[in-house]
Amino acid sequence: MTSTLELKRKSIQIRMDVLQLIHGAQTGHTGGSLSNSDILTVLYYSVMRHDPSRANWPGRDRFIASKGHSVESLWCILADLGYFPKEELKTYCQFGTRLIGHPNNKVPGIEMNTGALGHGLSISVGMAMGAKMNGEPYRVFCLMGDGEQAEGSIWEAAMAAAHYKLDNLIGIIDRNRLQISGGTEDVMGLEPLGSKWEAFGWQVTQVDGNDIPGLSDVLHAVPLQRGKPTLIIANTVKGKGVSFAENQPEWHHHVPNDVELRLALEQLSAELSVYSE
Amino acid sequence: MNQIPNRQVICETLLRLARLDPDIVVLTSDSRGSAAMAPFAQALPEQFVETGIAEQNLVGIAAGLAHSGKKPFVASPACFLSMRSIEQVKVDVAYSKMNVKLIGISGGVSYGPLGMSHHSLQDIAVVRAIPNMAVLLPADRHETKKMIEALVEFEGGAYVRIGRNPVQDVYSSDEYEFRIGKAIQLREGQDLTLIAAGETVRIALDACELLTRDGICCRVLNLHTIKPLDVDAIVAAAKETGRIITLEEHSVFGGLGAAVAEVTSRYCPVPVHILGIPDEPAIAGKTAEIFNYYGISPENVQQIAHRLMQKQEMYE
Ligand SMILES: Cc1ncc(C[n+]2csc(CCOP(=O)(O)OP(=O)(O)O)c2C)c(N)n1
Ligand SMILES: [Mg+2]
Repeated sequence: MTSTLELKRKSIQIRMDVLQLIHGAQTGHTGGSLSNSDILTVLYYSVMRHDPSRANWPGRDRFIASKGHSVESLWCILADLGYFPKEELKTYCQFGTRLIGHPNNKVPGIEMNTGALGHGLSISVGMAMGAKMNGEPYRVFCLMGDGEQAEGSIWEAAMAAAHYKLDNLIGIIDRNRLQISGGTEDVMGLEPLGSKWEAFGWQVTQVDGNDIPGLSDVLHAVPLQRGKPTLIIANTVKGKGVSFAENQPEWHHHVPNDVELRLALEQLSAELSVYSE
Repeated sequence: MNQIPNRQVICETLLRLARLDPDIVVLTSDSRGSAAMAPFAQALPEQFVETGIAEQNLVGIAAGLAHSGKKPFVASPACFLSMRSIEQVKVDVAYSKMNVKLIGISGGVSYGPLGMSHHSLQDIAVVRAIPNMAVLLPADRHETKKMIEALVEFEGGAYVRIGRNPVQDVYSSDEYEFRIGKAIQLREGQDLTLIAAGETVRIALDACELLTRDGICCRVLNLHTIKPLDVDAIVAAAKETGRIITLEEHSVFGGLGAAVAEVTSRYCPVPVHILGIPDEPAIAGKTAEIFNYYGISPENVQQIAHRLMQKQEMYE
């Protein structure tokens, strides 16, 4: 297993890649990709059982990006892991590409096409149910947005997951407290979010979603309870790692200009050097 | 070149009218930014409802508001409004005959590289098939203004679809007669008719110009209302010009072209070439790249027109 220090370095590197990707294509969802980079790093480099050289290995853990708009971090990780050549990142959002602005299962490593919010958890319920029916040991990890929690379909899926006792299903909420129009509690109040999920029959825990050791501990401990789906509220900072992007609603899909890119990369390289001996 | 997107015109028009009519309310689903409705939300917070990312709830609430005498205008991306909320549209708005106006923003392939989840290329087909729903696409900012003004007066369910970016002007001002359900003839011609709506009207006009140089005299119809359909204008075009090319930012199935062909096949069968997006998830790219790839361009319309004139479009 990769050390937490290595994971930390990896997640900073992924952030730098994400910024360059978005700057290069002049499009992308910057804030959410930065907020969930640590979660994805821990999942892909430490927790999930998967094999980039055999993307369709039946025993692999499944990852579903229900918040599909944060695909940039996923593209950078899948490329880094060798699911497809890094070179191909240059085609991101360009004419005719398969690396579009949402997950696309024409690309190795992507299970399902997402992008319309509120679908991922139902799909994940189906996959977790399928694993049980087939007697397969794989687990399903589903990453959702917090603004996304307003979609009623999420709660339909939540109910079904508990009903079918899907303890091989792990929901993670990127709780960055922002959506496009502003703060989640101003746009459509979610709190008390944890109690809602508990009431729906899930085993719920909270974690600092930008803290690698904390994330690693909880994600390695799932399922938190036999016979119940697990819900992890990962408290994150939208735009994490770039001081002027952090907690700024506009950075949901703001594309860094040349100066912003340079400053952001400077900040992240400085952070990287702190974690390198 | 015009820099004002239609969504901004919708906001300005609704804001102006809503100041005079407190029953006009605007609803969004975390879409006020993309719908350019932030100025409305700020100016008239009492007449603005935010539902968060919940499109089904959005349309259901609008239907309930309409039942309470309000005049709701719902603004959300066309892809979600016409798909995620479609049962609310069918049952709560159309079936119960509620006065709800749906504004589908960033329609067609406006969200080019975001993929099929964000394209709305079946919306016209789907909404058109629902009784009691009007379907409209404005050709430019002037028509957008007139359309919204007309819809405020119109009682019933309607779906308006607009694109994301500013469109080149089709009209030089709003000094012309606009009526819901009445197509507008933009060019007179006897050889062939080009029928378009929304973003493709400009392309039809440009194609008409190319064809004029080739000695082919095109009629151009702006079919801003796809439902209720202007049957008279379509039958006249079929009878008087004998050939039709339709242009739409939509699947070739079930949209404007299909609506036209439904009329001609019954009253005056003539060749109708339906130009649009073929039956596949649209290729990724900017709108212009996608249009170009699928031949939704003046040059391709010109070629199709020549083939039609030479009767080369026969089924083999
Ligand atoms: C069904 C649906 N409605 C609307 C959108 C448009 N949209 C994309 S991202 C987004 C905001 C998401 O906010 P949140 O879930 O909090 O994600 P994050 O903050 O992590 O970016 C919206 C409304 C969508 N993709 N799908
Ligand atoms: Mg959020």
